[in-house]
Amino acid sequence: MDLTVIWAAIIAFAVAAYVVMDGFDLGIGILFPGFRVGGERDMAMNSIAPVWDGNETWLVLGGGGLLAAFPLAYAIVLPALYAPLIVMLLGLIFRGVAFEFRWRDPAHRAGWDAAFCAGSLAATLAQGITLGALLQGITVEGRAYAGGWWEWLSPFSLLTGVSLAIGYALLGSCWLIWKTSGAVQADAQRLARPLTPALLVAIAAVSAYTPFLEGQYYERWFTSPGIFASVPMPLLVAGAGYLLWRSIGRTGQAGGRDWLPFLLTLIIFALSMIGLAISIWPDVVPGRVTIWEAAAPERSQIFMLVGAGILVPIILGYTIWAYWVFRGKVDEAGYH
Amino acid sequence: MDALLLARVQFAFTVSFHFIFPAFSIGLASYLMVLEGLWLKTGRGVYANLYRYWLKIFAITFAMGVVSGIVMSYQFGTNWSVFSDKAGPVIGPLMAYEVLTAFFLEAGFLGVMLFGINKVGKGLHFAATCAVAIGTFISAFWILSVNSWMQTPTGFEMGANGQFLPGESWPAIIFNPSFPYRLFHTVTAAYLTTAFVVGGVGAWHLLKDRANPGARKMFSMAMWMAALVAPVQIVAGDLHGLNTLEHQPAKIMAMEGHYQSHPEGAPLILVGIPNSAEKRVDHAVQIPKASSLILKHDANAPLAGLDTIPEDEHPPVGVVFWSFRIMVALGFAMLGVGLWSLVARARRSLYDWPWLHKAAVLMGPSGFVAVIAGWVTTEVGRQPWTVYGLLRTADSVSPLDAPAVAASLLAFVIVYFAVFGAGTWYILRLMAKPPEPHESATLAGPVRTAGITPASQIGGTH
Ligand code: HDD
Ligand code: HEM
Ligand code: HEM
Repeated sequence: MDLTVIWAAIIAFAVAAYVVMDGFDLGIGILFPGFRVGGERDMAMNSIAPVWDGNETWLVLGGGGLLAAFPLAYAIVLPALYAPLIVMLLGLIFRGVAFEFRWRDPAHRAGWDAAFCAGSLAATLAQGITLGALLQGITVEGRAYAGGWWEWLSPFSLLTGVSLAIGYALLGSCWLIWKTSGAVQADAQRLARPLTPALLVAIAAVSAYTPFLEGQYYERWFTSPGIFASVPMPLLVAGAGYLLWRSIGRTGQAGGRDWLPFLLTLIIFALSMIGLAISIWPDVVPGRVTIWEAAAPERSQIFMLVGAGILVPIILGYTIWAYWVFRGKVDEAGYH
Repeated sequence: MDALLLARVQFAFTVSFHFIFPAFSIGLASYLMVLEGLWLKTGRGVYANLYRYWLKIFAITFAMGVVSGIVMSYQFGTNWSVFSDKAGPVIGPLMAYEVLTAFFLEAGFLGVMLFGINKVGKGLHFAATCAVAIGTFISAFWILSVNSWMQTPTGFEMGANGQFLPGESWPAIIFNPSFPYRLFHTVTAAYLTTAFVVGGVGAWHLLKDRANPGARKMFSMAMWMAALVAPVQIVAGDLHGLNTLEHQPAKIMAMEGHYQSHPEGAPLILVGIPNSAEKRVDHAVQIPKASSLILKHDANAPLAGLDTIPEDEHPPVGVVFWSFRIMVALGFAMLGVGLWSLVARARRSLYDWPWLHKAAVLMGPSGFVAVIAGWVTTEVGRQPWTVYGLLRTADSVSPLDAPAVAASLLAFVIVYFAVFGAGTWYILRLMAKPPEPHESATLAGPVRTAGITPASQIGGTH
């Protein structure tokens, strides 16, 4: 396998890790108004407080890795998505500081809770819109973006934005089902129920729309060998969705598998990401620039690969350790 | 305003804001490491209390550093996409190493440091504090290597497609000529910044209660740092300047206000008003030949001026001239406070000299002003280049419409002042409270589920 493919896989891994890990804590932000002011919100927040910063670092790795491994793609994509990215960054500021500020300022806690929710929602919508805008194609001339500053906005990108928000919210509620008990867990169950079919509908809508965006996607999905994925994919997603729906109702009881809904939601996310990869491979700017065209020179790739090869396993090791330190349910008395 | 100028203003604004937080958190992380280490070694409660006191402030600072930093990692692409395309193969890997070696380390252990006091053993908790402190240093290492490469690029080849490509040796890129100086000077600056904040807070509480053991301890520690590190910083700054003279002479000419060449020894202009239209410094107060003495160690050595540089490669003189003087003046003021504290120690009146305490309070924020002034000198002084001598700022900018950049700049200004203003206010409120014998370790105040960080675990009383 050549180095460029390895780097594409590493970046894809970083993005996937980000989506999963920051996904559930952005989702909790989106759902925050669904929890009662006071102990419930505190508990929801405490379930992610020790890990959110590490989760968000995957976003920095995704962005920084793109610059390092595919500088041309970074240079084309970021100006193209200028507005949604700025909104995402501003949203992340509000929600990131809210973790600390809400405790420091009880008089304005409601305000910081609102900032936490609005920031999480804005960042999520912006990420979803980013995905949609990339899929529908951006205008490129030579080595640069050549479209206007509203090109990203379309019905499709709005659809992907909303879909991602539903997905993150579902991840967040399933995380809380796993990590909390009592009233918070009951609220999370109540929220996760309608979100499950909503996510399935959203996935179906995005999947139905995508093939008609660009010739490439249509061919991928409706000719061999892609056709072999087109049939089982929807079935797998629907199956996982059904199991998820069932499992949510069975949580919160003695001996219940409270972690199962979270796992099943992860599976749905994984399937969606595989579908995405089938659509765009081997492009890094879909329909415009392939990974080989955008790749950094071999010397850069090798230098980084040495570091990534050694460091990523170490990072995963201590990240798992950090999660393990805060394992178990959070409740009024803290972690046990 | 055109998109280029707006992009520059936006970058300068966001990075200056960002740097305020690392300047403090690099130093504070190390200070916390020292406090916890001392507590583990001596078992004295005063160290545990100070640890908890500063940990709460650290948590807020760090959160602001992280969110403003994430903005930075995207600013390169949003605002300087052409630069990113061209320099990406060289600087991208360095920044990727920063993420892998520093950001994950900090973020991974921060949770344990802030919330894990009663979840892991004392030794492991100390290890987490050390990991965060070391992470902040590693972060500075890589990002300053990137910045220094842009100032003094070495070890690269030009690609056929106009990209800078890495040459044979990565160390030649990482350890470029200005990097060791910049790294040392900047990390020392972070330590000084922190020392003066800690000293200012200690002094504030001493003015109200000379007997507060926490205030006494932190004031004394901070003043040792000031007395020992301020002179080191001045020497480091001087060496940094000599290095810059070698590699970026135009920057030094602007800092010194030398529009004209001086074949027989150049004067040191202390103050004056640079007049770029007339190419002279008005109302200059100067010491004859002193500049040649400092820069060349020979009073009569000739020094070239901006008249030897093509007009379109001049940096803006006024900004650089003044920002440099602000930094140097603060450096000497810091040295002054450090020396004063030594006198006070000799007279055994370190804790009972209100004027010293007032001076220390006044100097509390001085480090922040000095570091920003220093960076303005560095960055404005290298104009009009992003990669020195090779890639112009004007040729680095993204193909964006001015209204888009203007709108986002406005949004950044409003959000930064509101959010970071609030954060600063919370920090000041925490600082206004004296360190107490049973300082709570709860970062949350009473409400954050009582159990998450019981106050009792770390440390006893003094
Ligand atoms: C507490 C902060 C602080 C203090 C007291 C000083 N500096 Fe400084 N200085 C910095 C913080 C700083 C900085 C923020 O860290 C900079 C910006 C970039 C860099 O490398 O360090 C800097 C840059 C900088 C440069 C520009 C180098 C270049 O870009 O090529 C020079 C020549 C000096 N300094 C010299 C001095 C001198 C002679 C000082 C003596 C009084 C001094 N600095 C005090
Ligand atoms: C954190 C401390 C820093 C501060 C306060 C700072 C400040 C500034 C300022 C004031 C400018 C505007 C100069 C002008 O346009 O006249 C600037 C530009 C710039 N700086 Fe820095 N800088 C810092 C660190 C860095 C680092 C670490 C890098 C590289 C990794 C960097 C890269 C750039 C780039 C790419 C520009 C834009 C091009 C330009 O206008 O020169 N800066 N910075
Ligand atoms: C333009 C240049 C810069 C970029 C792109 C940048 C990027 C970032 C990012 C993405 C983070 C968040 C990391 C996380 O998620 O935990 C961060 C934090 C940090 N940065 Fe910067 N940074 C820049 C300049 C600097 C400089 C000049 C220094 C120090 C000399 C510095 C030191 C730090 C430190 C110590 C942190 C840890 C969090 C904190 O306490 O602020 N950065 N930076």
